[in-house]
Amino acid sequence: MLKLTINGQEIEVPKGTMLLSACQQAGADIPTFCYDPDLKLAGSCRMCVVEVEGRRNLLASCVTPCENNMVVSTESDRTTEARKVILELLLARHKVECMTCEKVGMCKLQDYCYRYGVKDSRFAGEKGHFAMEDPNPFIERDYDKCIMCTRCVRACEEITGAQAINVKERGHHAKISTIFDGKLADSTCVFCGQCIMVCPVGALTSKVSMGKGRSMEYDRVLTTCTYCGTGCTLELNVKDDQVVGVTSNRDATYSPVNKGALCVKGRFGWDFIHSPERLTTPLIKENGQFRPASWEEAMDFAANKLKAIKEKDGPDSIAMFSSARVTNEENYLAQKMMRAAIGTNNVDHCARL
Amino acid sequence: MTNSIGELGTDATAIFLIGTNTTENHPVIGYKIKKNVRENGAKLVVADPRRIDLAEMADVYMQFRPGTDVALLNGMMNVIINEGLMDKEFVENRTEGFEAVKQVVEKYTPEMVSVITGVPAEDIKKAARIYAEAEAGSLCYAMGLTQHTTGTDNVKSACNLAMLTGNLGRPGTGVNPLRGQNNVQGACDMGALPVSYPAYQAVSADANREKFEQAWGVKLSPNNGCTLTAAINKAHHGELKGLYVLGENPVLSDPDSHHVIEALEKLDLLIVQDIFLTETAQLADVVLPGVTWAEKDGTFSNTERRVQRVRKAVSSPGDARQDWEILVDMTNRLGYACSYDSPEDIFEEIRKVTPSYAGITYARIDQTGLHWPCPNEEHPGTPILHAEKFSRGLGLFHAIEFQEAFELPDEEYPLILSTGRSLFHYHTGTMTRKAVALDVHQPENVVQVSPNKAAELGIIDGEKVRLTTRRGSIELKAQVTDILNDQVVFTFFHFSEASANVLTQAEKLDPVAGIPEYKVCAARLEKIV
Repeated sequence: MLKLTINGQEIEVPKGTMLLSACQQAGADIPTFCYDPDLKLAGSCRMCVVEVEGRRNLLASCVTPCENNMVVSTESDRTTEARKVILELLLARHKVECMTCEKVGMCKLQDYCYRYGVKDSRFAGEKGHFAMEDPNPFIERDYDKCIMCTRCVRACEEITGAQAINVKERGHHAKISTIFDGKLADSTCVFCGQCIMVCPVGALTSKVSMGKGRSMEYDRVLTTCTYCGTGCTLELNVKDDQVVGVTSNRDATYSPVNKGALCVKGRFGWDFIHSPERLTTPLIKENGQFRPASWEEAMDFAANKLKAIKEKDGPDSIAMFSSARVTNEENYLAQKMMRAAIGTNNVDHCARL
Repeated sequence: MTNSIGELGTDATAIFLIGTNTTENHPVIGYKIKKNVRENGAKLVVADPRRIDLAEMADVYMQFRPGTDVALLNGMMNVIINEGLMDKEFVENRTEGFEAVKQVVEKYTPEMVSVITGVPAEDIKKAARIYAEAEAGSLCYAMGLTQHTTGTDNVKSACNLAMLTGNLGRPGTGVNPLRGQNNVQGACDMGALPVSYPAYQAVSADANREKFEQAWGVKLSPNNGCTLTAAINKAHHGELKGLYVLGENPVLSDPDSHHVIEALEKLDLLIVQDIFLTETAQLADVVLPGVTWAEKDGTFSNTERRVQRVRKAVSSPGDARQDWEILVDMTNRLGYACSYDSPEDIFEEIRKVTPSYAGITYARIDQTGLHWPCPNEEHPGTPILHAEKFSRGLGLFHAIEFQEAFELPDEEYPLILSTGRSLFHYHTGTMTRKAVALDVHQPENVVQVSPNKAAELGIIDGEKVRLTTRRGSIELKAQVTDILNDQVVFTFFHFSEASANVLTQAEKLDPVAGIPEYKVCAARLEKIV
């Protein structure tokens, strides 16, 4: 074990622990952009710098292994000043559009500028401008807001394994790009939206959720995805009794199967919930045409006909197709209805299809 | 799955995929496999008639002729036995019936299997060695293995291979069906099957029937019910008069749509409970509006047997009603009195009659779901099955001979048609076709055809073509792609405008499971002139 003093507090950590982790264990809230606990370390944004006694330079805590007897300060004047400069440098490039930005309330750049009182940048000059045109219906790419943390690149490679994007050019011209700087649809992108999940700013957002509500306006309801059998957990974003988006919780306690990772259907395929084509009233067919009916009338109609068939042709002349889409509770009731109320074992579902 | 999903990303040292296009149909499982291969160096063997995404990173890719799964698996076993790679200890201590299998697979030499399947003998040997020599070999399959007239044989052969190599009961091993629908595991667990009550308790066993008669206070039928596919046939013959369809769309999902529609039209009563006026609901006599998963509380059980919560997030539109309330109401109207306060109340009853769910409560799965079997409230759940012994005691080998698919290509229908799913849509598209982004991205069906075959037929990429089988014909765009060989074409079943199941055959099903042969039928592809 290694002994360290962090902000005056002594702690012990196993050898190999990074400074960032040790500082977090000591209760320090260290700002980070490029660091992500599930991704390989980049050590590029320098927001996580800390001051270590006896070291000339500030150290990027995410990539610095702990050493014995380090005396660490996480919010010294030097670290604060360094972070302010970094924020100013990022602002020099970032398109400040907080009035209408989808990411307001979940934006790390906004949070840290607030925390360190950075209002504008001394480095203001000519800004780069990157084209936003990507006609895909899922992911909005606004690289004028990108802070080049490369979390999207690493998530694409390490979580999804798609390897669709990487850094193109260097310095002021650096940007995230697909091969030949084309459209996502022409790359190996599978539109899983893991890049949106890890983006700390408003550079990558969901087109399906656009304009529907920002993080402070919606509640998050943890549930299980309705598509394939993997059983990913996700959060439905709910504003004014409407689903306005899907986010995910990356904590394995709440997301044991997928740890926040989703696919295109789970992340972007939720808006059928509020489709105008939803059935909103029972229907009875008369002379080949449907007409709306009350629940009482429709249930009576159905139950009486079922009873008549059972009486005339026996219970085995009735069958039920239950569903792999509905819940366990509903499947249980469906088979119980057929077995206990109708008296037949003619119940099956689409497992074979 | 006998094992859990997470093990595919961390514990498996070799993964054998047969008949699963994992990155398209179970994307998140696909991510884990990719990560394990890339970062931990896990070996990957892919057997699929299409050179799917994961085939690109496979150590061995076997492009076999659709419907020759048993031959391929027998061939691998032949290599394993002949090269002394079998797990003798496992076979001796944990299984029975091996000798018969040994006898059968003796003639399935890699060379002989190569002729049947089209896979080079050397690749069969390599694949067999990778899987057999792995410290922890996981075998995963999906509908590519099961949707055949020999589906049950195919699965048994996969089990034979796993037992032969001792790849069961340990982390990273297992026979792992990746189930296609969110709660297909749960629907089976809950007894939405014609032959079993909840937890696979056979309806034909007197003891089980007595147990449920006592629990439910009513006399129950001792006769096995009919499967979904059989029910359609019975309706066709006029033996079935009434059908209640809950959240299903057989007009698009079942084989031979014309046959299905005719059958449904012959019914005296068709009740459909759904969220949209599906192609099936349009044929109904009465339609009952239920609610989506975002509007209900309950549980789903995923492919690794993990029971997880579903939570109500929003209100339902108009007069749409909770599906459980509709079912309870109907049950009462049919003369069987029952009442529940909530889905949790129903779950409490489920626990009482479903031994594998007995230890699961809503409180326990509030954050993290639990794997069944979970027999009591102290039990941590069971991520890995068959650790010490199989449920029947010894694992039973089945000696299985290869049989050809039911409908093979001929002069009139020279191609093999397989059907399946796309990454961007789900099942009959009832939900995804109404999810705007998904439908904009992939608005219509395509038929995948090889460049050679397309050139031979004078078809260019994106051109509208006609795909025909003995059942019917659809018109759709051609997608020229080198992921399949010249004898095979592939299409999706999500699109009502060009529905794949107009083409598939319902005449011959798997004799045990009743599963249709969606992966093989004879077809003709034509340029539209």
